[in-house]
Amino acid sequence: MSGAAGPGSPPGAGLGPGVGRSPLPCAPRPAAALQLAGGAEPARPGVAVIDLRFPRGAAADVQEIVFRNFYTAFLSVRVQRPGARRWVTCLRDYRLMPCPHTERGSQDYFSLRRHQMLCDVAQVTAVRFILRQPSPVWVHFTIEELQLFPPGQKSPQKDFPSWLSQLTPPEHPPSLHGELPDPEKVSTQVQQMWVLTEVIRARQAAARVGRFDVDGCYDVNLLSYT
Amino acid sequence: MLEPDSGLSLTIARIVQRLKGSSLHSQLERQARVSLHNPDIKLESLKEDIKDFLKTSGWEKKLQNAVYSELNVFPSPCHPAAPPEHMKEPLAYMRKAQGSWEKRILKSLNSMSTELSIPLAQKRPVSEQKELLNKWNEMGTDEPDLSLFRPVYAPKDFLEVLMNLRNPNYENGEQPSFRNHLGLIQVPLKVKDIPELKEDFSELGLNIGQLGIDDSSQVPPEFFENEHVRVGQKGMDLFSSVINFLVEQDSAAAQQYVRQGCPTALRADLWALILNISNQPEDILYYEQLKSNVIQHDLLVDSLIYKDVKLTASNDDYYFVFEDYLYQVLLCFSRDTSVLEHFTYSSATPPKSYIRGKLGMEEYAVFYPPNGVIPFHGFSMYVAPLCFLYHEPSKLYQIFREMYVRFFFRLHSISSHPSGIVSLCLLFETLLQTHLPQLFYHLREIGAQPLRISFKWMVRAFSGYLATDQLLLLWDRILGYNSLEILAVLAAAVFAFRAVNLMEVTSLAAAEAVLADLSTLKVMPLLQIFLFATVT
Repeated sequence: MSGAAGPGSPPGAGLGPGVGRSPLPCAPRPAAALQLAGGAEPARPGVAVIDLRFPRGAAADVQEIVFRNFYTAFLSVRVQRPGARRWVTCLRDYRLMPCPHTERGSQDYFSLRRHQMLCDVAQVTAVRFILRQPSPVWVHFTIEELQLFPPGQKSPQKDFPSWLSQLTPPEHPPSLHGELPDPEKVSTQVQQMWVLTEVIRARQAAARVGRFDVDGCYDVNLLSYT
Repeated sequence: MLEPDSGLSLTIARIVQRLKGSSLHSQLERQARVSLHNPDIKLESLKEDIKDFLKTSGWEKKLQNAVYSELNVFPSPCHPAAPPEHMKEPLAYMRKAQGSWEKRILKSLNSMSTELSIPLAQKRPVSEQKELLNKWNEMGTDEPDLSLFRPVYAPKDFLEVLMNLRNPNYENGEQPSFRNHLGLIQVPLKVKDIPELKEDFSELGLNIGQLGIDDSSQVPPEFFENEHVRVGQKGMDLFSSVINFLVEQDSAAAQQYVRQGCPTALRADLWALILNISNQPEDILYYEQLKSNVIQHDLLVDSLIYKDVKLTASNDDYYFVFEDYLYQVLLCFSRDTSVLEHFTYSSATPPKSYIRGKLGMEEYAVFYPPNGVIPFHGFSMYVAPLCFLYHEPSKLYQIFREMYVRFFFRLHSISSHPSGIVSLCLLFETLLQTHLPQLFYHLREIGAQPLRISFKWMVRAFSGYLATDQLLLLWDRILGYNSLEILAVLAAAVFAFRAVNLMEVTSLAAAEAVLADLSTLKVMPLLQIFLFATVT
């Protein structure tokens, strides 16, 4: 899949985790806590599972998983392939909170990309998220705003700003030993570069004039509370 | 979380974006164009030759300093899916708490305006403008009637808010348990312990010379200061030839140097280098513009500033001489819209209002005050120590503004940042509880929670409590380590130092009395003993 700049196409609107990408349609069921058989009162086991299936049993390629954490400390991800009953682990005990008793990382946004996965996530029918929070101090834990993204459909073609194309080549280009660079990797990098240009374009610096008044008038009302 | 390479690309993009609009960019372009007259620049290798020229003429160093400054000030970019409020403050309940606190402040300011029938802002009549311009350098001689004004809030009001801060997802049971902290702060933020602090502040170690200890008369000078000063001097001699643009100014190296303290003679220049302040003609012009804004519009906030200066700095033995400078800096600070930029990474939000008669119309929405910062009781103490270093108003102003948007804003807003006041309070309480458990327990039992005494020290970054030379040595380290954690460590070290006396008191008032006077304390020995010499 090549991502070279080509003839322009309509610019993607706005900026999100994947500009021009839409998340895969899926219906994640709410997190279900692990229950021990024979337990009298509801225990708080610190393990919860979110199962996610694609509609109508379809299989899809997963490029990136984006979510917002809510006090989950460790995350494992398993996938199910069409036809197989077995679940394959593609991410084991990924640490979201460096110290589970404290706040760091507790409400951060995370991206899990294909190349971080232990197994191939092409053509999966179901994804299972195993959440672990060993610390007893938190009332709830889950992950929110879960979105799965397929591989980029077409690389958006835009004019790169001139300075990007004039990046100084390294002094000694690495010898390829006759192998071509991995096209996946190249396309991901080019896609990242494209995101960069979008960021720059979207945030054109408005030159600050330093005026705080409106046409010389600064007689203000009382302060607003909203 | 962003992966390393995409995080790096985003950071590069952001820095390029910010520097492109700056005066440094146009200066570099101008220099590059001027260099074309240079016979050494050949057409075939134009790009390389110009790059080499910029390197040797010191412009590359300036660019490096600017990039370093951006990296220090702005946090690493967030995940692209994260909304802007996430960069301000990642935890939702803290954002909410900050919002409620701000609402209280706005209500207080609004009611002050209505009760006293003084508008929040009004244009000054021409005669008054002339009068103010004439006495610009001696505003301290004015004796306006400020009896009706009261500060919008004081540090102890803010402490009450922080004490009541709770994470709704945290098991804050009524029964005492391992989940409840024994101090006043009840939020589970991660704070460092002494082994981690020892590593972070390794340059303060016992075997490394420090200015503030090893330059005192008991230690033969040739052991330490001359070497340290000589190293600094090398930078400073070259600095003095800045006119020729052949200077070796390295912000990052200066920041490293300052961790062991600044010699008094070099401090002003070193701090300016670290904060990347160069006092160019356009900066002086900008300051003059702010001054004219002060002359033209009269703000209610000005009276708060006057009141604060009269109540705090004017009563201080060290700082009363600088009263006029304080007005000149703080009044201009209120009009400076460039301060609004820091709200992208601060958990606070600037207060908004509308031009009279245009309520609700977005084209007439403005921020009040123009810089979005409402001063509180003691705010002027952030500026006062800087007056010892800088005498030129525009440079003093820029240094203060940079210190505020890098450090001081964290001391009066609710956030989870490691240098935010909430983390500092928790760090102080944790250090005290871990390393002086008997003292902590005793003070708690007599109703003298230690934070009640040390909070005001930390909110003011110890300004007005320590002797000035000691305070400046402390602020050297704040700049050197780019963090305010040293304030919490010093607060704990002060308690450790006076532990014997504190164990004998039986009330909060008596504990306050033991810790009332810090002006005789020497900061560096206290820090060294607490971090490196206490048996844990």
